[in-house]
Amino acid sequence: MTIWLVLGAMIWAGGWGLNIWMSRQSVFATGMVPVIFGVTILFLWEAAVRGFEVSPVILPPPSAVGEALAANMPTLWADFVQTVLKSVLPGYAIGCGAAVLTAIAIDRSPFLQRGLLPIGNLAAALPIVGIAPIMVMWFGFDWQSKAAVVVLMVFFPTLVNTMEGLAASERMQRDLMRTYAASYGQTLVKLRLPAAAPFIFNGLKISSTLALIGAIVAEFFGTPIVGMGFRISTEIGRMALDMVWAEIVVAALTGSLFYGLITMIERATTFWHPSQR
Amino acid sequence: MVMRSVLPITTILAALIVLWYAGAIFLNAQWERDQAQRAGTTITWAEIVPKTMQQDRPMLPAPHQVAEEIWKTTFGQRIPRRYDSTLEAWIHSKRSLFHHAWITLSATLLGFAMGTVIGLLLAIGIVHNRVLDLSLMPWVIASQTIPILAVAPMIIVVLYNVGISGLVAKASISAYLSFFPVVVGAVKGLRSPDPMQLDLMRTYNASASQIFWKLRWPSSLPFVFASLKIAVAIALVGAIIGELPTGAQGGFGARMLNGSYYGQVLIIWSALVSAAVCAGLLVGLIGLVQRVVLRRMGMSR
Repeated sequence: MTIWLVLGAMIWAGGWGLNIWMSRQSVFATGMVPVIFGVTILFLWEAAVRGFEVSPVILPPPSAVGEALAANMPTLWADFVQTVLKSVLPGYAIGCGAAVLTAIAIDRSPFLQRGLLPIGNLAAALPIVGIAPIMVMWFGFDWQSKAAVVVLMVFFPTLVNTMEGLAASERMQRDLMRTYAASYGQTLVKLRLPAAAPFIFNGLKISSTLALIGAIVAEFFGTPIVGMGFRISTEIGRMALDMVWAEIVVAALTGSLFYGLITMIERATTFWHPSQR
Repeated sequence: MVMRSVLPITTILAALIVLWYAGAIFLNAQWERDQAQRAGTTITWAEIVPKTMQQDRPMLPAPHQVAEEIWKTTFGQRIPRRYDSTLEAWIHSKRSLFHHAWITLSATLLGFAMGTVIGLLLAIGIVHNRVLDLSLMPWVIASQTIPILAVAPMIIVVLYNVGISGLVAKASISAYLSFFPVVVGAVKGLRSPDPMQLDLMRTYNASASQIFWKLRWPSSLPFVFASLKIAVAIALVGAIIGELPTGAQGGFGARMLNGSYYGQVLIIWSALVSAAVCAGLLVGLIGLVQRVVLRRMGMSR
């Protein structure tokens, strides 16, 4: 037991010292700093759980989580398909699509914009996840109700960001388009939508994490016997925390990948923006 | 500026309420038709419309029904005799929305305070220490890709096992959610003084703490306040979700779960609307503090 504690302290000190040294080195070395930090944390976690003999009901060590992850691949995959592929992606696409289209639709009316922007800002701060039980009541237990919650959760952040983005082009640029005798549609497609892209992507990034949360929380209120939210709530009931943590790892990986994917699309499409250079 | 946007906002709100009514009529009509068919009669739209406004368990309750339910459980409630005063009944009676609001709000505020303190400390560390900056910042961002709301039930159970329960457990979820915007905003704000200003402080031979208190901290405030608004809204969401799994005795989350178990739609909607009002009030309050503080510092436009 004490061996583990001493080992943990040594790894901690070693990782810390290595990081201090690394942070003074070249660019490549500084890129390794967060990785070393993460690995140190994982080791420290393992050592602390073993050293203090923490019950696996409270906090399973990373090795147990890894085992659960490897042993339950088919179950985790089924949950992933149900929650991410069936609920999150359609809901995300519909919600963000509707928000961008709404922003463009009310683009010509400053009156509606002035009314909708504060309301949208407030609605983006509201606890929309609370709508989950109602959606389950309306659309049933399967993925449709989860997709509906996702639609509502991602709509307002995307709407507000798109509206701000559409207002982002400069007066000079708009005047230039007018001197070219560009129509409204041409100005929109060639100037204002590209100018709005960084803002839209910002909204899409915020929404990507919200979407996953919305779908998982909605599954607490009733679901078929598959899905990440269902698995988390039932495995907690059985005190099988290693499985819960395995599910968390899947969720965190999915969230990071989703976020990373959108960032990559953003880099590829808005390469001209100062923040990308 | 304010007056200019009052008319558009009220117009949009009115349109939303009209839409809500239309939705209520549309969604609730089916049930009335089924009832009529079961009774062997036919029913016209003129008869359906008023009936859809007063169902006990509607698909979508009409706005006035929700308002009525909120009134009944707040100011309009009958005071049971065992309470000495109205105020006491509001705070303690389980049928009072004030009681539930207070439970949720206390967790929200505690979590928000914890999150703000942690966030500010982390930000100060990140700004002043290069190692912390390099090793911590990526993990602060990664920590938010974990759908913490989704695993809130587990955290509550785990904390219960180590002897933390109730208020603090819920507040820790709020804190976990709200520290992130504070870190990001405060780091940005503490780095916002330009090199000229920092150089000036250096020519004065100012110490690190003097630079912090006299330059960095004041110039970070606009950023910090913007983050605090996001943080308080997300802390409220955290507190509500924290109440879902634990069989909590009170709070908006417990109210929603109860309503969903027993099919009491009105209870869910009244909890939802009151939670929305609370979120609006909290954000508005911070906006107010922000305006007063920034004006006293001569920073508001």
